[in-house]
Amino acid sequence: MDNALIIDRLYKTFGQDILKMDSGADILTVTVSHPVIHEVIRLLKEDDVLGFTMLTDLCGIHYPDRGLPLGVVYHLHNLVENVRIRIKTFVTKAEPSISTVTDLFSAANWMERETYDFYGILFTGHPNLKRILNVEYMDFFPLRKEYPLEDPTREDKDNRFFGR
Amino acid sequence: MTEDNNYTTLNLGPTHPATHGIFQNVLTMDGEKIIDAEQTIGYIHRAFEKIAEHRPYYQVTPLTDRMNYCSSPINNIGWHMTVEKLLGVKTTKRVDYMRIILMELARITDHLVCNSVIGVDSGALTGFIYVFQERERVYEIYEEVSGARLTTNMGRIGGFERDFSKLAIKKIKSFLDHIPKVLDEFEKLLVRNRIFMDRTIGVGPISAERALNYGFTGPNLRAAGIDYDVRVTTPYSSYDDFDFIIPVGTQGDTYDRFCVRQQELRESIKLVRNALDNLPEGDFHVDVPHFYLPPKEEVYSKMEALIWHFKIVMGEIPVPVGEVYHSVEGGNGELGFYLVSDGGRTPFRLHFRRPSFIYYQAYPEMIRGGVLSDAILTMSSMNVIAGELDA
Repeated sequence: MDNALIIDRLYKTFGQDILKMDSGADILTVTVSHPVIHEVIRLLKEDDVLGFTMLTDLCGIHYPDRGLPLGVVYHLHNLVENVRIRIKTFVTKAEPSISTVTDLFSAANWMERETYDFYGILFTGHPNLKRILNVEYMDFFPLRKEYPLEDPTREDKDNRFFGR
Repeated sequence: MTEDNNYTTLNLGPTHPATHGIFQNVLTMDGEKIIDAEQTIGYIHRAFEKIAEHRPYYQVTPLTDRMNYCSSPINNIGWHMTVEKLLGVKTTKRVDYMRIILMELARITDHLVCNSVIGVDSGALTGFIYVFQERERVYEIYEEVSGARLTTNMGRIGGFERDFSKLAIKKIKSFLDHIPKVLDEFEKLLVRNRIFMDRTIGVGPISAERALNYGFTGPNLRAAGIDYDVRVTTPYSSYDDFDFIIPVGTQGDTYDRFCVRQQELRESIKLVRNALDNLPEGDFHVDVPHFYLPPKEEVYSKMEALIWHFKIVMGEIPVPVGEVYHSVEGGNGELGFYLVSDGGRTPFRLHFRRPSFIYYQAYPEMIRGGVLSDAILTMSSMNVIAGELDA
């Protein structure tokens, strides 16, 4: 199975919703608009030819300078033919909600919780969308770029002594 | 839950002596039978992904040590290979073979710990003591190669900081002479032991289909019957030069996971021996001046080396813009690194695909309907490493 076939299949079904296609990267990378993400993943998984039956990875990313700053990156793997694909989708900060893929992959459950925990992306239809690694009363999303690495409320460190 | 049932809620953990790490499971029990379970994780979350966004590439290596601390060299080398993939660096055969030796030694320690702990949890402490002596030998090899034992920070981007010393090679050879006998003895204690078999066969099973849906990789997936191994499907570091077998199980239960790991130990020993016997001549690192620190004697005597040293340490180095996903076969499965670079001195985004984190989700499904003592065995046979789980 080569990239042309995957691209062809995706275009035939989604056309306008395929925003960007990059076969120059290490893995074929496809950016799709967020309303169709569930259907894209479903097609990739359930299509007889494509057969991406394994969700390798799901994570968030934040580009603060872009119009659609928050992204979700999916890595899927066809184990039989050993082909990988990367799917990306982006949402706004004001309305960061996309459809869950937990109905397709049980593996997505914690990965989506982790993405919610760190980026605040709301996965609609997720059975148990709550924080997973951070404490539940945390009121910010720590991997967004605007949050500094160090706790800004700390008072015991004097910046003069650290060259800042 | 309705009020007219007699279910008990049992907190297993967070710090329970039987769980080898900080795992909390809130179990709903009907007598001794487990009705449902819910895990709480994150007790040793250290925000590695956030820290990595503020560190130059070579300073990310010590973070990776602390994920799966039973097999740190695999994490270190996996990360170095990810950066090399981003930079387009091609390593020499000698580097590849040295990496294979260390990664397979790490896999041996990882599997030894996991399998002997299954024995401990089923009441057989003896085997654990036997194999821990062998793990000690491997740690001495790490010490000889990198200077550290547990958090190894092994290797550099582009190869290694120094070649294998004569003593290191001697230690590896002596280890290879000892380990098969120890494994034989260990297997005699457990593999056909009636008590061990009764305790493990049919305990915590998962079907191949469910395992795949849950994103299982590594020995746990292979025990369920799917022969997926990153070393074979996407060979890295010249694994394709070697001939080795991927053992698979059929039932996906605790006994199969034990047997698959046991067989993988033998294959890893074979791989280490082959790589050591065929270790090619050549340099132990490739020329990556932007990332590979120059030798100290040159830094103190040559201007150019001093400049490079400063540039690397201060992070004033060009990095290509792009994104890569690289995965290696870790002790527990596919250990992936998703690295996005915006050309800055630090990763723009680095995500670790941690196999423990992904397959530990299936734990409630695997222990449901079983008894409490089986739940403990299932957890140790899945080899959930707290550091990797929480990152």
